[in-house]
Amino acid sequence: MSGSYKVSYKEDMAIFQNLWVKVWLIIFIILAVFSPILLNRYQLSILNEMGIATIGALGLNLLIGYTGQLSLGHGAFLAIGAYTSALLTGKLGIPFFLSLPLSGLMASLLGLVVGIPSLRLKGLYLALGTLAFAFIVEYILFHWDLTQGDLGMAVKRIGIGDYVIRSQRQYFYLIMAFATFAVICTKNLDRSKIGRSFKAIRDRDIAAEAMGIPLAKYKVMAFGISAFYGGVAGCLMAHYNRWIVPGSFDISLSIAYIAMIIIGGLGTVLGSVLGAILITGVPHGIVYVVDLLKGDYPALSGFIIDFKLGIFGLIIVLTLLFEPKGLFGVYQRTKVYFKTWPFKY
Amino acid sequence: MVVLEDSSEFQLEIDSVTMSFGGISALHDVSLSVEKGQIYSIIGPNGAGKTTLFNCISGMYRAQRGSIKFDGKELMRLKPPEIAHMGIARAFQNIELFQGMTVLDNLMSARGHLSHYGFLRAAIYLGKCRKEEIKSRDWVEEIIEFLDMQAIRKTPVAGLPYGLQKRVELGRALAMEPKLLLVDEPVSGMNIDETEDMARYLLDINEEMDITVVLVEHDMGLVMDLSDRVTVLNFGTKIAEGTPQEIANNPVVVQAYLGEAES
Repeated sequence: MSGSYKVSYKEDMAIFQNLWVKVWLIIFIILAVFSPILLNRYQLSILNEMGIATIGALGLNLLIGYTGQLSLGHGAFLAIGAYTSALLTGKLGIPFFLSLPLSGLMASLLGLVVGIPSLRLKGLYLALGTLAFAFIVEYILFHWDLTQGDLGMAVKRIGIGDYVIRSQRQYFYLIMAFATFAVICTKNLDRSKIGRSFKAIRDRDIAAEAMGIPLAKYKVMAFGISAFYGGVAGCLMAHYNRWIVPGSFDISLSIAYIAMIIIGGLGTVLGSVLGAILITGVPHGIVYVVDLLKGDYPALSGFIIDFKLGIFGLIIVLTLLFEPKGLFGVYQRTKVYFKTWPFKY
Repeated sequence: MVVLEDSSEFQLEIDSVTMSFGGISALHDVSLSVEKGQIYSIIGPNGAGKTTLFNCISGMYRAQRGSIKFDGKELMRLKPPEIAHMGIARAFQNIELFQGMTVLDNLMSARGHLSHYGFLRAAIYLGKCRKEEIKSRDWVEEIIEFLDMQAIRKTPVAGLPYGLQKRVELGRALAMEPKLLLVDEPVSGMNIDETEDMARYLLDINEEMDITVVLVEHDMGLVMDLSDRVTVLNFGTKIAEGTPQEIANNPVVVQAYLGEAES
């Protein structure tokens, strides 16, 4: 395929490769800056949820999509981040800008611990190990006095000095800033030796070792980095919802995140973002449809609510059947189509 | 047989390596020494233990007895990545490329230990990380040019034809800037043209890049043309060593390959 001509490796290794991409980027930034003015509170809240999910999905994709280590415990890392920040800000009065990295580090630390068995366990066995970890975390959160179990915990508002974040609009800018930063960091990891080593381990671990890539180091590192993203996402989620209960971080959250990266596209940054947008958006879409139909077909709308989870599952199954590369695959095909148009190939 | 006077002239010294899987002895008391700058071939019928010996050198198998020294340092207790960092690269017999990555990324991935930055720098990507990446890219591009792979630079490996994948396999090993290159059957399943190309690459690697090459190969023509020295293995035992000329005329070798002459 033609289209781009470059004279230095620096240009060839850049994230934004040509003018078109840069134009799109600017359009996107302008839209992002002005969308809080154009959208109502409900619509902004959806975008905020998507932004938080993006951070979590990027982390999980680094672990599953890049390094090929199946994890069913991502929800637990979000829980750890959420509760760490809730306790730090609530009980110790530590400001948010400190508790955010600390909650990421806390999750990361436990991620490293979970990562150690990954040196022995692979595939489904590793998935079971992470699942066990998730249950342990959930059990502790339910039974520890400090976390108040089922009663849940109230979480403080985000504030820096006297400035306190209250409106959806303020949350939007904050969350989008973090999400954008997470996307850039992931993309950078992707194009550095870290990302290449992760993918090498995923594709052929024996050859990776012979090429000088220490498996143990990178497998555990993948867990640590992935958990950090999870912890940060959990922290943001806690402060955004301002109320956390252990039940909201159970296995279904982990599965939702796995669904995001599978539907979006394993081992791609764009896939994580698209998957997070779609999976977060679907429930709202369903609610929207239900609202539309409520007047004329009350029975049908009730039916849709009953089968909300089923619809979710159906989307995943259909994606796996027809588009195993996920939304990223669709994006690639579309790009090629327009690049080579009007020729077939 | 060469008399070992001064061991320092040998880059790779394998001394009475024995390796058995359960009751089957894959290698029995195998010794050989490779001089710096040589092309050294290991031949033998199927199941003779050639690839097992490679696996012992690169640390994937741990031999029960014996010693393997590289530049005078013992390799026997080291892990594969540590051995790779010392400068021993390997091109596999059955293609073991990273199928989901492009040719470029496959080559770049072999240089992880040569670029010195951690994951925090990688996440920011400015300064040192970018500089090291460009340095790596420079080296990798030299290899891409050397192996005539410019056109497939950004193609995912999975879709490439077999002969090209073999070439990428060789390129990935070279990307590590090795001192010693282990090549396992580089021309198996290749046609005459591809074999000739590969022979030329191997000679250039040896002469221009100044890399010692240890070759396992069934193609006798290639072995006889390229090698400085040849060792013959049969059923895990070394049965002969010498120049290609000596090997070709050795009755024991002929017998191992063709069987006993009927009288």
